[in-house]
Amino acid sequence: MTRLPITKTPKVYVGGAFIRSESGRTFPLKDAAGNFFANIPQCTRKDLRNAVAAAAKAGPGWAKRTAYNRGQILYRLGEMLEARKADLADALAVGGASKSAAVKEITATVDRLIYYAGWADKYEQVLGNVNPVASPHFNFTVTEPMGIVGLLAPDEAPLLALVSLLAPAITSGNTVVALASSAQPYPAIVLGEMLATSDLPGGVVNLLTGFRKEIVPTLATHTHLRAIVGVANATERKTLKLGAADSVKRVKLHQTEESVDWFADKAQSLYDLRETLEFKTTWHPIGA
Amino acid sequence: MPTSASKTKRPTKRAAGRPRPELIFGDLWEYDPAPETADPKLQPRYDLFIGGRFVAPASAKYFDSLNPANETKLAEIAQANAVDVDAAYAAAKQAFDTTWGKLPGKERAKYIYRIARLLQDRAREFAVAETMDGGKPIKESRDFDVPMAAAHFFYHAGWADKLDYVAPGRKVAPLGVVGQVIPWNFPLLMMAWKLAPALAMGNTIVIKPAETTSITALKLAEIFQDAGLPPGTVNIVTGFGDTGAAVMNHPTAAKVAFTGSTEVGKIIMRSLAGTDKKMTMELGGKAANIVFDDAPLDQAVEGIVNGIFFNQGHVCCAGSRLLVQETVAAEVLAKLKQRIRTLRVGDPLDKNTDIGAINSKAQLATITRLVAAGVKEGAKMFQPACKLPAKGYYFPPTVFSGVSMSHRIAREEIFGPVLSVLTFRTLDEAVEKANNTAYGLSAGVWTEKGSRILKMSTELKAGVVWANTYNKFDPTSPFGGYKESGFGREGGRQGLLDYCKLT
Amino acid sequence: MKAGSPVACRRLLNEIGPVDQIGIEERVAKYTTRSIKKGAKVWGLKTAVSMVDLTTLEGKDTPDKVASLCQKALQPHDDPAIPQVAAVCVYPSMVKPARRALGKATAVRIASVATAFPSGQAPLRTRLAEVKAAVADGADEIDMVINRGAFLAGEFQRVQDEIVAVRAACGGATLKVILEVSELETYDNIRAASFLAMRVLRPGDFIKTSTGKTSLNATLGNNQVMLEAIRDFYLDTGTAIAMKPAGGIRTAKQALQFLIAVKETLGDAWLNNTRYRFGASSLLNDLLRQLEKEKTGAYQAPYYFSEAAESY
Repeated sequence: MTRLPITKTPKVYVGGAFIRSESGRTFPLKDAAGNFFANIPQCTRKDLRNAVAAAAKAGPGWAKRTAYNRGQILYRLGEMLEARKADLADALAVGGASKSAAVKEITATVDRLIYYAGWADKYEQVLGNVNPVASPHFNFTVTEPMGIVGLLAPDEAPLLALVSLLAPAITSGNTVVALASSAQPYPAIVLGEMLATSDLPGGVVNLLTGFRKEIVPTLATHTHLRAIVGVANATERKTLKLGAADSVKRVKLHQTEESVDWFADKAQSLYDLRETLEFKTTWHPIGA
Repeated sequence: MPTSASKTKRPTKRAAGRPRPELIFGDLWEYDPAPETADPKLQPRYDLFIGGRFVAPASAKYFDSLNPANETKLAEIAQANAVDVDAAYAAAKQAFDTTWGKLPGKERAKYIYRIARLLQDRAREFAVAETMDGGKPIKESRDFDVPMAAAHFFYHAGWADKLDYVAPGRKVAPLGVVGQVIPWNFPLLMMAWKLAPALAMGNTIVIKPAETTSITALKLAEIFQDAGLPPGTVNIVTGFGDTGAAVMNHPTAAKVAFTGSTEVGKIIMRSLAGTDKKMTMELGGKAANIVFDDAPLDQAVEGIVNGIFFNQGHVCCAGSRLLVQETVAAEVLAKLKQRIRTLRVGDPLDKNTDIGAINSKAQLATITRLVAAGVKEGAKMFQPACKLPAKGYYFPPTVFSGVSMSHRIAREEIFGPVLSVLTFRTLDEAVEKANNTAYGLSAGVWTEKGSRILKMSTELKAGVVWANTYNKFDPTSPFGGYKESGFGREGGRQGLLDYCKLT
Repeated sequence: MKAGSPVACRRLLNEIGPVDQIGIEERVAKYTTRSIKKGAKVWGLKTAVSMVDLTTLEGKDTPDKVASLCQKALQPHDDPAIPQVAAVCVYPSMVKPARRALGKATAVRIASVATAFPSGQAPLRTRLAEVKAAVADGADEIDMVINRGAFLAGEFQRVQDEIVAVRAACGGATLKVILEVSELETYDNIRAASFLAMRVLRPGDFIKTSTGKTSLNATLGNNQVMLEAIRDFYLDTGTAIAMKPAGGIRTAKQALQFLIAVKETLGDAWLNNTRYRFGASSLLNDLLRQLEKEKTGAYQAPYYFSEAAESY
């Protein structure tokens, strides 16, 4: 007698918990062969609102962690992914990735996390300054995380691109609300399960699944978000920039029309980290 | 100088003639012994670590490593001679030419991360070994030395693939094989300070630990094996001064790095004068810890205690000269004596021990000699009543007051739990006294006034200035001295630059 | 003095000196690495039991609830080697029931929180009347709250005058002055408030951290600031003020850490319940559990101990 396997109910990772969409809606995901795979939460604007609230709650604590601690946690996340390569490969296979393509994407993803783990206690040493002002003052510029960052992941390299976009933001102490690829949402579901078993505090990364047309307008106008990063098409870019203007959000978007090589060394950089940093300069007198 | 708001002491309400109130630090609640019992997993005999393997020394000679807390033998350590040092350099050269030197930074990073993680895994075991070998209190090896050593590996691991950011406008390249000699006061931590930046840059290494404290270095070699570090990347040769000289003078070394006394540092510099080797010298110190009258005094006292009694005062940056503003000198001294009465001196493995054993018989003799000189020169000595263990090398915490700049105890590095207290009246006088030394490693400043901190930091000739804290270390923070305290920095971006060439 | 006096504030802060937050927190972190074993542990745990002000301060308190608390105070455990606690601590309306339950010939004292506890936001005459009533009903000790609003407005004289008035209303009862450290926020303020109080207290009166009714209560940090204030005041004047951390101390391990701070800051003369108390409720049973564990070698289920809140 063959055993009927237990199928997993995909849930999204928000505020450190696994939840269904507040709307109660899902959309069916088919595997590469066109067979039904699972129902994926169709997150809506209210889910986005709740995710932003979760990110806001986690933010101050995460930003106050020492840089060394954030670095160790990101490294631990890398360890968790490396040890669960098989799970991730299965998740990528749902979207049709070959075994070798999946392995390539997963190892690049782990290496990307390790790369940013290393930056956690170093970016300040490169981006910060002491400024030789022409007066008896000690003047220095330090960075601070912006706050809550909205993220739009592309369809290609659904795991690697998502991690490449969120890692630099959280390295410096930002929190992230991300919309995973609509076409290939399942790797983000599995990634959430790994975030939950790393030492990353709940709410630092919040992963939503659903449709861009539902999420993008809210992402654009939610005034608590301080920055938006990711990949968007021309229409979306305009919507996001218009919305951003109302609350002066920082917007840094790749264009869907020009495909990004997420595997290249160019796809990781200190300057991606800089996109979600504020700079603060302090003046202090020098005297007896 | 505009002194701080002078202290308007309330007229005392205490009736005249009544005895001065005293606190009683007696034996009402004595702590029972609380020995750390984790197994240090020591081998009876440690060989040299060359080419990724433990190998017997060419001379077949071994020497004993003693536990300074009770003078018992812990293990036998191989005594390397010039032949062994040659072999170590050959292995390091080969690793540089064929394996480690060819690895991309990203992959070097992963090895160094592994070392950090494996050290974190075995932290308690290493802490116990470090305490038994060197005499430092277990709470220091457990809470400082070992975690800080791991942190150094972790931090530098992250640099290995980011070297393009170290020297703006230039490309960096490793130097080749570096020779390193480290001291006995922080055996494992100094090992990490030396190895981590060198490895991150892509160099290979021949390193010699101090003869009284070789064990944790060789235990770290076990971790190198577990981490799969390419053989020859790090080679450890143990022995005495002649072994160290062979490491420093070897023709293969592209660079040498030394931490130890200024005296030996000068000898090394002379012997390398005819070569073009790069050097880093981290030498002695006689740091001033300067307390202004507006300082938070209880925290200053805590910082003074930490500054001079941390690791029995075996710290090159120890705050061995306390400069205190005259207006609060009596108050600070009284608070300091009170605090010292609660320090617990004894078995380093006891979790409640604050001051452990002096590292060696020779060092105990040096401290004893200099303290006798202080007494003879007329300084006033205070030592709390404390029972020292019968066996082992111990010295009670000692404070000299009424010290002037011409006293030997104010000029020479004692490298023990001995504090000299001097006073000053103005900021300029404090700066003058602080800088009136051939050393320039570190200094401390205690004041509530921010602008004064920055003024003092500007004026003090020292590589590290601590403000309202003391003896703080971090992998991101460069450490090293001015003047005869040496040159080169360890930690941070500055430290990395000392292990590369610019191309 | 009606309005705040910046001169008075500044003078007080100059006299007593500042506290560095990071420094003091590093200091107290060292207490948590002390390792208390065997005989020292048993002595510490028993001493802590004898220092407990066993407390119930709830709107739902009844005479019966207070009576059973008093019984627990008199006999914390079947083991006769375990001492009684120092006091019970109740609201003024519960002083009479407590006195009935304890009787007159008992070493366990009755402490009552008066002065419009916990906010103190009532007219002074109301607060004083409350104190007098509690003393008349049989309270041996009065736990008052200082006027934090006045303190933060810089009206130091008013804060002190109110303490003097309450002290007078206490008559022969011991006074404990609650600073409510979480509302004072900084260690500098805690040190200043400690001195304001101590300068008008009698030997054997207490300063106390908290009401237990705000988010942050006794910590090793604010305990240390107050112990150092007591030490400096004692060395300066010869007047020995007692100390009571309250709220948030729930485990035996925490209590031992607080006692280590006392031993290493004030010394042996403060290691008794006339000079040091714990304001706590669930702490007592954890102390008993650990004592029983030391005696038997086995870890104890919470429901072996009477008046346990845990039911699982």
